[in-house]
Amino acid sequence: MEPIYMDHAATTPMAEEVVQAMLPVLNEVFGNPSSVHSFGRKARQVLDVARHVMAESIHANEKEIIFTSGGTEADNLALLGTALANRDKGNHIITTAQEHHAALYTAEALEKQGFRVTYLPVYENGTIAIEDLKEALTDDTILVSVMYVNNETGIIQPIKEIGKLVKGYQAYFHTDAVQAFGLMDIDVNELGIDMLTVSSHKINGPKGIGFLYVNENVKINPLQYGGEQERKRRPGTENIAGAAGFQKAVQLAMANKETRINQYQTYKELFVNELRQNDITFEVNGDMDATISSIINISFPGANVEALLTNFDLDGIAASSGSACTAGSVEPSHVLTAIYGEGHPCTTNSIRFSFGISNTEENVKEAAGRIARVVKRLNRIKESENNEKQ
Amino acid sequence: MKNNKDTRVVVGMSGGVDSSVTALLLKEQGYDVVGIFMKNWDDTDEFGVCTATEDFDDVVRVCNQLDIPYYSVNFEKQYWDKVFTYFLDEYKAGRTPNPDVMCNKEIKFKAFLDHAMSLGADYLATGHYAQVREVDGRVEMLRGADDNKDQTYFLNQLSSDVLKQVMFPLGHLPKSEVRKIAKDHGLVTADKKDSTGICFIGERNFKEFLSEYLPAQPGTMQTMDGLVKGKHDGLMYYTLGQRQGLGIGGAGDPWFVIGKNLKENILYVEQGYSNDKLYSDALIATDINWINEDIITETFTCTAKFRYRQKDSNVTVQLQDDGKVFVEFAESERAVTPGQAVVFYDGDVCLGGGTIDEIIKNNQILDYVG
Repeated sequence: MEPIYMDHAATTPMAEEVVQAMLPVLNEVFGNPSSVHSFGRKARQVLDVARHVMAESIHANEKEIIFTSGGTEADNLALLGTALANRDKGNHIITTAQEHHAALYTAEALEKQGFRVTYLPVYENGTIAIEDLKEALTDDTILVSVMYVNNETGIIQPIKEIGKLVKGYQAYFHTDAVQAFGLMDIDVNELGIDMLTVSSHKINGPKGIGFLYVNENVKINPLQYGGEQERKRRPGTENIAGAAGFQKAVQLAMANKETRINQYQTYKELFVNELRQNDITFEVNGDMDATISSIINISFPGANVEALLTNFDLDGIAASSGSACTAGSVEPSHVLTAIYGEGHPCTTNSIRFSFGISNTEENVKEAAGRIARVVKRLNRIKESENNEKQ
Repeated sequence: MKNNKDTRVVVGMSGGVDSSVTALLLKEQGYDVVGIFMKNWDDTDEFGVCTATEDFDDVVRVCNQLDIPYYSVNFEKQYWDKVFTYFLDEYKAGRTPNPDVMCNKEIKFKAFLDHAMSLGADYLATGHYAQVREVDGRVEMLRGADDNKDQTYFLNQLSSDVLKQVMFPLGHLPKSEVRKIAKDHGLVTADKKDSTGICFIGERNFKEFLSEYLPAQPGTMQTMDGLVKGKHDGLMYYTLGQRQGLGIGGAGDPWFVIGKNLKENILYVEQGYSNDKLYSDALIATDINWINEDIITETFTCTAKFRYRQKDSNVTVQLQDDGKVFVEFAESERAVTPGQAVVFYDGDVCLGGGTIDEIIKNNQILDYVG
C-alpha cells in the first residue's frame, strides 16, 4: 500500500527546486564566510543573498536576521537571550499554556532561574484572550511570547492585537511563526513583532537551519560564544548550503502563498467531507474557520491515539498527535489539555493531519477512506469487547 | 493457507536478545513482522529516567536493523488491576505469588493479544522458550527444547484457543544458539544481559520494594514448639524453605523457614535442610487451566513442577467437584509453597496447571505453611 504523508506540520519533503539550489553550493562553495580570501567571499555572497530574502519575506532589514540551527534554537535564543539581557529592567515573562515545547520548556527553565512566568490560559476556541494579557502585563514584564499559529490545532492567535497592546509596555513581543510562515502575510512592523521564529524544514527547505528575526532595538545576549558570526549573536561557522536551500524554500513559499492556501483549504474540506460520507464519528477540534489551511486536528471519540496511529501507519497513513507516545507512555497533549482541561477525552484521542506538497486531491481522498476503515474496525473491536464483558 | 508475506505477525519486543531474535527469525521466514513494545510499569525515577525508555530504544534499533515497523503500547492500568493487585493480595495473605504467570494470562496473552489482533495480525509471537504443535486438530504446548530455559511453567494458564494464535519461534532452540544468531547478525542486543527477577522490581532490593506498598509488621521467629529464636521483619519477606536472612546463629544445622502464623504474626523456623516439617505429600490447587480439557480424565498420573526450573515429580491428579484438583505426590516433596504454580506434564506436553492453595501431609492440611 502506497503510504500517504499527512504530517507536514512535523516536517516537509524538500522541494525539487530547493535541492537544485543547494547542489551547486554543496559542490562548489566550501569557503568560510569569515575568511579574507576569494573562497570565503564566495560563501559570504551566498549567505548575504539568503539573508536578504529572509528579511524581505517579513519586511525586516538584513541586520535583523539571525540564522540558527532551526526553530527550537531560535525560540531558545529569543527567550533566554532577552530574559538574561534585560534582567535589570524586570523579572516577569508572559507566555501561554499551549506554546511549542521549545518555548514552554525554556520558560520553565527561566522560572527555575528566578524569573516569574505567567502562562496565559487558552479558551475553547483555541486562542488566548487579550483581556488576560492586558491583566498580566506589568511594568516588570520584559517579554511576551505567543505563538502565531498553534502547531497542533492550527488555530491562529490574535497576533496583531497582542503586538498593539504590548507596544504600550517596555516588554518585547516574540512570536514563534514556524507554522504560520509561508501561509500568512507577515509584516513585523505592522504587527508590532520584536522577535519572530521561522524554520526551514517546515516549508520544504532543508533541516538544520532556521532564523530568528530580532528587531534592531532589542537587547539580546548570545547563547554561545566563540566567534563574530551573526553579529556575535550566534557564533559558529554558517550553514551555507542550508541557507541557499532555505532561501529557495522561502522564495517558493512567497511566490506560491495564495495557491497553497487555496489548495490546502480544498484538501481540508475534501478530507472532512470524505470522512463524513464514510459515516464515522469524529469532531474537529477548534473552529475550522479560525485555523490555518494546512492543519486539521480531529478527535475520534472512544479511540486512543496509540491504537489510531499504529493502525494508521500499518495502513499507510502518516499522521501524528500532540500526545507523545514513546516507550509506551502516553502523555496527553498539553495543547488540548490547555484548551479542554485535564483528563478530557480529546487530549488522548485526537490526531493532527497536516497538508502540504506531498498531497493531491486523490491521495487526500484515499487517505480519508483508509482512516474511516481503521476507525470503523477499531469501533467494531471495542463493541465486541464490551459485549463480551456484559 | 496464506503466504508468509501476507501473514502478519506481531512480535512482543522487550528490547532483550530473545525477542530480538524472534523478530529476526520471522523476518527471515518472510512474514509481515510488526514489533511492539509493551509498557506495563512506570518506574520513572526522580530524574525522569525510566528503564522502559532505554529498552524501547533497543527495540527501535533492532527493528531498524531488521527494517520492520515498531510501535509501543501501554498496559500500565491493566497490569496494575490484574497483576499487581493480585501480587499484593497474595503477599498480604502470607503466600508467595507468581506475577509472571498472571502477566502471561492477563496481559501478554490477553490484552496484548487483543491489541495485536486489532492491528490485523494473524499471529502473536513472543520470545518464550516453549513450543506449539498441532496434532489431529488439537493445539498443544510443549516444553522448550532447551531444558534449562523451558518457560512452559509460566505459560500454564494459556488455553488452546489462545495458543492457536501464538508463535514461539525460539522454542526449538537452545539459548546459546539464540545468542549466536544475534551475534552472527550483528543485532545490537546480542550481548545484552538477560533480565532477572520480577519485571517491575528489576534490580532493586525486593524487601525495599515491597515495603513501599505493604506495611511490614515485625514479629517473632519461633520453632513449632514455641521456642523464640529471634525477630522477623514482616512475614511477607519470607518464603517456605528459605535459609538466607534469618540471622539465627548457634550450634547445629542451619535454620529454615517452615511456615507462618498470620494471625499471631509468627514466623516458624526449624533446623536442617531436610527437616521433616518442610515435607508434604499432596496439595490442592485452584484456578485450574487445562490446555486441552477434552483429554483430561477424572484421575490420572503425570508429572508436575511445583516451582520454576525444578525437576518433574511423579504425581496422581484427581479432579474435585468444586473445580479444584487434588495432587498426590509419588514421593514426599520439600517446600511446596502456596501461591506458586503447579504445572502438569505428559512427557513434553504441558497439560496445564493451577495455583497451589493447600499443602497436605498424612491426609492433614498443613495450616502453618501460610
